[in-house]
Parts: sequence; structure tokens; C-alpha cells
Amino acid sequence: MFASLYNFAHWLTQDREEAEDLVQETYLKAFKGFTSFQQGTNLRAWMFRILRNTFLTSRTGLRVKMTDPLDLDEDTEAMPATGETPETLLLARADQQAVQDALERLPAPYREAILLCDMEEMSYHEIAETLGVPMGTVMSRLSRARKSMRERLAATVRGVTK
Amino acid sequence: MSCEWSAKLDRYVDSELTGGELTELEAHLRACPACTADALRRLQLKRMTQAVGRRFSATPQFRLKVEQSVSAGKRAWWAGRWIPAIAAAAALVAMLIPAAVWLQRARVEQTLGELADLHVSTLASANPVDVVSTDRHTVKPWFQGKLPFSFNLPEMRNSPFELIGGRLAYFQQSPGAQLLFEIGKHRISVFIFQDRADLSRLNAGYSLHRKLAFSSETWTEGGLRYFVVGDASPAGIHGLSERLKTAY
Repeated sequence: MFASLYNFAHWLTQDREEAEDLVQETYLKAFKGFTSFQQGTNLRAWMFRILRNTFLTSRTGLRVKMTDPLDLDEDTEAMPATGETPETLLLARADQQAVQDALERLPAPYREAILLCDMEEMSYHEIAETLGVPMGTVMSRLSRARKSMRERLAATVRGVTK
Repeated sequence: MSCEWSAKLDRYVDSELTGGELTELEAHLRACPACTADALRRLQLKRMTQAVGRRFSATPQFRLKVEQSVSAGKRAWWAGRWIPAIAAAAALVAMLIPAAVWLQRARVEQTLGELADLHVSTLASANPVDVVSTDRHTVKPWFQGKLPFSFNLPEMRNSPFELIGGRLAYFQQSPGAQLLFEIGKHRISVFIFQDRADLSRLNAGYSLHRKLAFSSETWTEGGLRYFVVGDASPAGIHGLSERLKTAY
């Protein structure tokens, strides 16, 4: 879990030193607050929630909240999937660097949902628990994040900079 | 193209569909090539995101620092709270033991799952191998200069297995060889990487796993870690593994 927490922290902060501070503080808070952890509930989601909440109260986290407002998708309706489109056809030709760029350019709320889902393989329920949002919002963020990534990757493959 | 079912594909690739919904969607996928292709592309994006998402790793020094600071906090915390500390420690141990078992199982499943994904995406490619040959004396030399290690390939004549070719594979930032074999209509990937501490933890020797109709076997030999992955029967996977072991 240490490696996962660190990786997630680095994605949130985009800075090694800040990520290290964040992980260290998370572990200390988790240890001090361990008695508040309810056995039978999800330890991983609990740790990620501590990390994320700690991040949101940091200077970088507050800045991110200003630039990527967390209520950008209060409409919790999941976006309709687009099916087979030129974008999805072009996706097969995208390389890892393009995927990384597309991931980095996502607004923070979308990126953290995608990272928890695809990288940490959390269930929608766990993600909702970690982010403190309803499941519908999780689905909406994932749907929008993937749509944005598909479009950006398609543009990259076409050689068009959006 | 738009299909009413495509709205459920994200939940499908995220393994969030269950029961009747899952059965219905899988029945639809068998009949709808467009949705099947769309689901595959979504799965590819998910796997690519997974691969690039694991990008940052902590330094060993930092890991040590956290361990030390938590230990220091633990000592201070214990000093004033003997009785609740004992209860908390018992709870922590009770939680950590199954967590360790779960973590180990999750690691194995994750590693084998990633390799199964590599295998599937290879088969989905228009050019699944970079060196196309049934001759081991052609395939093995192709890797010279491309990998920091060498490996042996057994003679496949008089066996049900046929070598199709090979390609370079990257797994968790390490280069390795991916060899494609065929048995009947089934294709099997053999991955060879330098063994590492995290891979060594998978098991001490022979191990056969089966999940989602994929079978896999892994072992280590001479500093190399071998994985055999495919949708062939476990007996087929094991047969190829045994054959490969004769090449030492």
C-alpha cells in the first residue's frame, strides 16, 4: 500500500518533496487515528481518504481546488458512451507517452477518479468512499475523464494539438 | 455508431456489472461486433492508463524515514496508553495478518492479470510478433543486443506446440522476451524477464493459476523469471512449461 499511496500522492502534488511530506503525514495521521478506524470497513479506502483530505488542506491542494473546482460535475448523470467513433478507432495507435499526457491534462477531480479506478482497481463504491462523493458522481467523473482522454489521444494521433 | 448497450461498457470493463445485467451485456457482446470492439478499446485504454499511472516510486531512503517516524510515533503513543494500546495492537495484528495474505494474493493476481492483458493485446495486434519464425535458431538470436540476458529455447518438433515468433515486451519498466506458441487453435505467450525481488515473491517455484479462462504458470530458473500465459487448457500450459524447462 505504501507504493500505491506514494504514487497517488505524487500524481496529486506533481512534486516529489510534497508527495513525501503528504505520505509521511498520512501515515502519522493514520497511526494516531487508528482507533477511529472501524474494523470490517475498507482499510485501503480509509488510508487513501486520509491522504486525499490531507492533500486538500495543503497549499497545493487548495490551489488545485481553486483551479479545478470539485463541483464541476454536480450533474451526476453519467455521460452517454460514444460507441465506435473515429476517436476510439484511433486510440489503438496511441502510445504510452500520449496516454500519460492525456492523463496529466485531466482536471484533478477526473484524474484522481481514473487513477483510483484504473490504477488502484478500486470499485466504484470504494472510490466514492475515498473521495466522499456519491457513486453517481464517480461514474460521471470516470465517464467524462475517459471521453476527454479518448478525444485528446485521437487528436494526438492525428497530429493536431488541441 | 451508437448502441443503447454502449452506455454500460465502462461499468463492464470496470467489473461493476453483476447478475442479470452482466449476463445480458455479455449475450449482447457475442452478437454485436461494434460493442465488442468498443469494449476492447475501453479495456485497452484502461490498461494503458494503469501502466502509465504507476509512474512514481518512493526512494528506499524515504520508505525508511516513514517507517522510522511511524515507529517513533508508536513508541510515544504506547508510553501513555498501555491498556488501549494493547487492544489496538491486537486489532492491528488481527487486521494485518489477513491483509498480508490478501496483499500477497492480490500481487500474484495483479501480475498475472497484467501479463494476460499483454498476451491479449498482442493477439489483438495486426503484427503480434516482430520476428516471425518457427525456427528457434532464428527467434532466439533476434533478441541478441535487445535484452540484457539470454535464454534457451527447446526443440519443438514432435510436440503439439509450434513456435510462431517473438517480440520485445516491457513489464513494470523492465524489458523481456515474449514468445508466441500455438497449440491447436490456442495461442500461448511465454514471457521471460530478469527475476527481481518483487517477482520472486510470487512463489518459490512451480505455480499454476487459472482465472477468467486464462491459465498461467510461472517459475524461476537461472536468474530468469518465466511466465506461460494463455487460454489453452491448464494441461497445455503445463506441457509447454515442462518443455521449456528441458531447454536448460
